[in-house]
Amino acid sequence: MRKAKQWIGINLMLVFTLIVAAFLGIVVYDLLYKGSSVISFEFVFDFPRNGNTEGGIWPATVGTALVTLITALFSIPLGVGAAVYLNEYAKENWMTQLIRASIRNLAGVPSIIYGLFGVAIFVNGLGFGASVLAAGMTLGLLTLPYIITTSEEALKTVPDSYREGALALGATKWQAIRTNVLPNAVPGILTGAILGLSRAAGETAPILFTGALYYLRYLPQSVFDPFMVLPYHLYILSTQHHAMEEVRPLAYGTALVLISLILLLNISAFILRYRFRKAQMR
Amino acid sequence: MARPLFVIILHIILALSLITSSCSKAPKGYSLLQLKGSDTEVSLALSLAEAYMDKDSLVSIAVTGGGSGTGIAAIINGKTDIANSSRPMKEKEISLAESQGVKVFTTLFAVDALAIIVNDQNPLDGLGTSQLGEIFRGEKDNWKAFGGEDLEINLYGRQNNSGTYIFFRDNFLKADYSPEAKQMNGNAQIVAGVREDPSAIGYVGLGYVVKKNGSIVDGLKILNIAQDSLFISPLEKDNITSGAYPITRPLYQFTNGKPSGKILEFIQFELSREGQELVSREGYYPLSPEHVMINKQNGLYE
Amino acid sequence: MNRNRTDRLFSYLFLGAGMLSVLILLGIFLMLLINGIRTFAEINPLEFLFGSTWNPSAYEKASYGIGSMLVSTLMVTLGAMIIAVPLGIGSAAYLSEIAPARVREILKPILEMLAGIPSVVIGFLGIVLLGPAIASTFGLNNGLNALNGSILLAVMALPTIVSVAEDAIRAVPNSFKEASYALGANRWITLTRVTLPASFSGIIAAMVLGMGRAIGETMTVLMVTGNNLSMPNSYFDSIRTLTATIAIELGEVAYGTTHYFSLFAVGAVLFTISLLVNIVAEWVASKFRY
Repeated sequence: MRKAKQWIGINLMLVFTLIVAAFLGIVVYDLLYKGSSVISFEFVFDFPRNGNTEGGIWPATVGTALVTLITALFSIPLGVGAAVYLNEYAKENWMTQLIRASIRNLAGVPSIIYGLFGVAIFVNGLGFGASVLAAGMTLGLLTLPYIITTSEEALKTVPDSYREGALALGATKWQAIRTNVLPNAVPGILTGAILGLSRAAGETAPILFTGALYYLRYLPQSVFDPFMVLPYHLYILSTQHHAMEEVRPLAYGTALVLISLILLLNISAFILRYRFRKAQMR
Repeated sequence: MARPLFVIILHIILALSLITSSCSKAPKGYSLLQLKGSDTEVSLALSLAEAYMDKDSLVSIAVTGGGSGTGIAAIINGKTDIANSSRPMKEKEISLAESQGVKVFTTLFAVDALAIIVNDQNPLDGLGTSQLGEIFRGEKDNWKAFGGEDLEINLYGRQNNSGTYIFFRDNFLKADYSPEAKQMNGNAQIVAGVREDPSAIGYVGLGYVVKKNGSIVDGLKILNIAQDSLFISPLEKDNITSGAYPITRPLYQFTNGKPSGKILEFIQFELSREGQELVSREGYYPLSPEHVMINKQNGLYE
Repeated sequence: MNRNRTDRLFSYLFLGAGMLSVLILLGIFLMLLINGIRTFAEINPLEFLFGSTWNPSAYEKASYGIGSMLVSTLMVTLGAMIIAVPLGIGSAAYLSEIAPARVREILKPILEMLAGIPSVVIGFLGIVLLGPAIASTFGLNNGLNALNGSILLAVMALPTIVSVAEDAIRAVPNSFKEASYALGANRWITLTRVTLPASFSGIIAAMVLGMGRAIGETMTVLMVTGNNLSMPNSYFDSIRTLTATIAIELGEVAYGTTHYFSLFAVGAVLFTISLLVNIVAEWVASKFRY
């Protein structure tokens, strides 16, 4: 009786786990199944034509890369900086607690609120207009808590003896961090940063109002230009387009390109982490 | 061990930026025009913009939809060059624009007819404009009242930022919509909804239900509409250009002050014979002589 | 001397980076407050919170009541939790207590990838896959409703729930389990009578954090719930959440109008909910430390 209960219970848990894993399977399978026939050289590298019913999604792909680049330039230095402060400098006092509480709460703020903030601060307040820069920085804010948390974890894995060794040789704290701590944390930091950026690249809500476009003839020439991005393009094709049924295949193709980029980033981060862990164990 | 991966990523970024710079071919000194607003107009505006850009490579027109309200808000806030709208600007909006230093200039560039659509299983063929009001105000909520089956009526409409929503309400309901009316994200979603729903009725731009070859989207029926007692079909072009079909409206473009330079050239292209022919091909209607007159008085033709 | 100055300079730079998070949170709060509060120059706050009609561009009199959106938001969130909590805790317990190390090493990245799928892709599949499936299963005219939103939000909340719950279950000291085995309990009884109760507060924290994720999600609900403003009666009704309202209307409004400010007030309500959720999660989580 007890054995039967255990058997049922454990298998039920296994089924639940498989259901959860199956969600990813369904997403990937459906997109591959219905999207792969659309993918061609032209689809990836050409501009959209004839009212977004033909041609490709190149400007959206480039736009995603550009916006994500700005996000990276903005959030990685600041995020790593904050992590260094928390792990290397901060004492356990009320201020540190305040910083930690802020980071945890920022991670829980809905993405659309970041969108409101981006419009108020970057688009209007700082006068960037609806642009690559405003969108990249808005997504940078969104990614910041994630990068801080993962960077701090990476810094924690660096043994204290590395710091002490440098300090004993007469290095200042900054020198110890620069030469002994940061280099050893780089793989971990990079893993977190790539994962964080892959999330940012797929976000739509925060950039609805910071310059994402329906159609663009030339690629953005400066960071102050508006842009096309893959997630917004998918949103347009699947809900706003005048010939929604006709462009379904294009929407599938767009979704497939987007998710391939993101899974590629994810997998490279996992490989990086896996190798890092193995190297550490040695 | 981490280095090679990092180098690979760097290379990818480098390669990307190289392709980017070689592929864009944006000519030096080109001007970027922004066109924003009505979802009804976005496909038409995009076609016009594409045709214009094919003639003049020194112009890049960036097009975004979002609704007439989006366009009007953008012109008031100085965030777009041209605002597309399927409704005129309200007094309040014009004075708000003035307080921001924007002097609103109106161009009429095409005519749109609204189609009243039902599922093709619905036995009804036509409705009067006053009956439309009753249905969309929620006063009559069963198809039986109009000789149909005993089925509760499902209302499909646009969201309250849509020019279509406001045009239809102000001209045919003269009161608020039934709170039960679905507020769909765009014309396309109304079409998709009505196709699946035998109890549905909805209003959409005619261009969304009549394909370029003149056939109607599968699963739909376009109702004939009677202002008095005569039922008029919107499918015959003459009924619209003559004004016999009751649910038509001009489509607007707003600019800050009288357009000049590339903006004027683009608008003049829209109003040219070539532009107006494109308008017809996209499922809309060319301007009537009265509309042309208004544009002329505003000095848009040379 | 120069060395020390550089050292001090960097310590300030790092402090600045650290303080930035506090500033951003404060900035978001102030922005929502300053803009949102101007709604109440014209609108009664009680009417705003509890009124059930939202029609800023009404024919006669504009009304700003977020009642139906609050109910809608809570409804999809509740639906998502009903689906996600058993699945999430079951998976977390399986991964931390039962699965062999190799299986875990495959499944954990899969969960992380699930977390990485963009919400707009999930929403797209909700339109093309889940919507038609729901419509045909339940004989509905279309599948864009609260049920669709709930299922998809469950998928999106699952990675959070699993990973936080797994950490909590793993944190239960081995001595607890060993004591249970010593008394003759098998794995299943140890798990249900000892390990899960011992990690109870951590599991609650996981649920609350997953809930926060579901409440704040925008694109998915915008795309799949039909965006009907009326007060929902069942999970087959179309609904419109707080987040979707901001996404739909922010682009439309003229700056400086009551309608514009009211969207910031909606944002402030959302922000407050997400802060509360976090505070509750932290309070609960702080109750379990060994």
